[in-house]
Amino acid sequence: MNAAGQEIEQRQAVTALRRKDLLGIAELTPGEIELVLDTAEAMKEVATRPIKKVPALRGKTVVNLFFEPSTRTRTSFEIAEKRLSADTLNIAIGTSSVVKGETLADTALNLEAMSPDMIVLRHSSSGACHMLSRICRSAIINAGDGMHEHPTQALLDAFTIRERKGKLAGLKVAIVGDLLHSRVLRSNIHLLTKLGADVWVCGPPTLIPADVQRFGVTATSVVEEAVGDADVIMLLRIQLERMEGAYFPSLREYFRVFGMTEARLHLARPDVMIMHPGPMNRGVEIASEVADGPYSVILDQVANGVAVRMAVLYLLAGGAEDEEAV
Amino acid sequence: MPVVMDADRIGRTLTRIAHEIVERNKGTDDLALVGVRTRGVPIARRIARTLREITGQEIPTGSLDITLYRDDLMRHAVGPQPLVRKTDIHFSIDNRKILLVDDVLYTGRTTRAALDALIDYGRPKAIQLIVLVDRGHRELPIKADYVGKNLPTSQHESVQVRLTEIDGEDEVVLESGGGA
Repeated sequence: MNAAGQEIEQRQAVTALRRKDLLGIAELTPGEIELVLDTAEAMKEVATRPIKKVPALRGKTVVNLFFEPSTRTRTSFEIAEKRLSADTLNIAIGTSSVVKGETLADTALNLEAMSPDMIVLRHSSSGACHMLSRICRSAIINAGDGMHEHPTQALLDAFTIRERKGKLAGLKVAIVGDLLHSRVLRSNIHLLTKLGADVWVCGPPTLIPADVQRFGVTATSVVEEAVGDADVIMLLRIQLERMEGAYFPSLREYFRVFGMTEARLHLARPDVMIMHPGPMNRGVEIASEVADGPYSVILDQVANGVAVRMAVLYLLAGGAEDEEAV
Repeated sequence: MPVVMDADRIGRTLTRIAHEIVERNKGTDDLALVGVRTRGVPIARRIARTLREITGQEIPTGSLDITLYRDDLMRHAVGPQPLVRKTDIHFSIDNRKILLVDDVLYTGRTTRAALDALIDYGRPKAIQLIVLVDRGHRELPIKADYVGKNLPTSQHESVQVRLTEIDGEDEVVLESGGGA
């Protein structure tokens, strides 16, 4: 058994997230990841009740600070916060002082002066959350920072896989798409390898990050190799807005060579799951009939996102210090 | 460590409570049992089994986790959060008489949290409280409807209910405090 496998054996005892912030998956232990997923399972039940609200975070204030457009993640965090009875406020770039030239640090310190308890941050710069975590007393939750990490997305992906397959260890997971610009990829690589999955990444050679094998994954530009016998296929969006140059000839050619079609789907295992973090480009990375087909769990991912974010908010609200709780 | 209830005593007590339930509710129509996690759940299941033997009727039984309703959540400046477990109530509690089951009644704070949690699932016709042990020292105006055993204790003592389903044996012991 390798080191990751031994760590998995030892992870039973984790019963608390003793951290101030959630900046990325890289720093989490397998035990902490399992704790978030287990807690999310309890949180998922709240959505099935007539009154979808529990009083756990009453009196806590959470600021959703989004410097990049987002529908799913921001809405998901907001619903999660409200279901835990936190007071939430949303700050979007268009209406903030950022358009008047204020720096991120100043914006954050001004918000902090109003004593929120948590700040959920999305920013186009990798490391923005780490910077805030150093200067803020509030808990910082990374909702996506540049091309670095998007930890709650990876956690909800893992939750969705575990819900269907019962486990992650030993599963072949193929991640296909724009690997280079994807923070979802980075968070997922950390998480899936920590929990023992066999991770394959696939895309045009121009969109494969240099040295990606260093993280314990197999990289290929032959999509049939990646999806062959896969238990899970995760598609990533082609992020045209982040591309400063020509990475491939055309979207149509990308679809022809890498797009997830029914024919390619049949190379995978018969109980394969098709995932996509959204937003989807139909006819680019995924064919419509696959996105809407029986193997797709794309909308389950969205539903599970709320439960996973509730778990993260709840677990971080306790604080970092290891003091005796009653 | 004095054993205050052994396996036989626990068994007889739960049978007696089941009979009291039937008597007081004139049957078991509209009844449902909800056990408070952790040890209220197996007690609720055992009472359901006895009620089925007495009346031939199946009583819906669920389990409730009250962690998210605790009044001491977030009261500590810093510290890890208590573990949240799943609530499983697969029936509508509307217009039912809910028999809420817990192992030990002490300050009443767990019961208060359980009442708040239950109300979020609907509007029961009534809620009745069943406890295996009532050890006194209430901090809230809460009273049990069915009590297995009234056990006078000091606040330094602790009452441990052990159940076969969780702990491998059935017994209730009174531990003197001091140490921990």
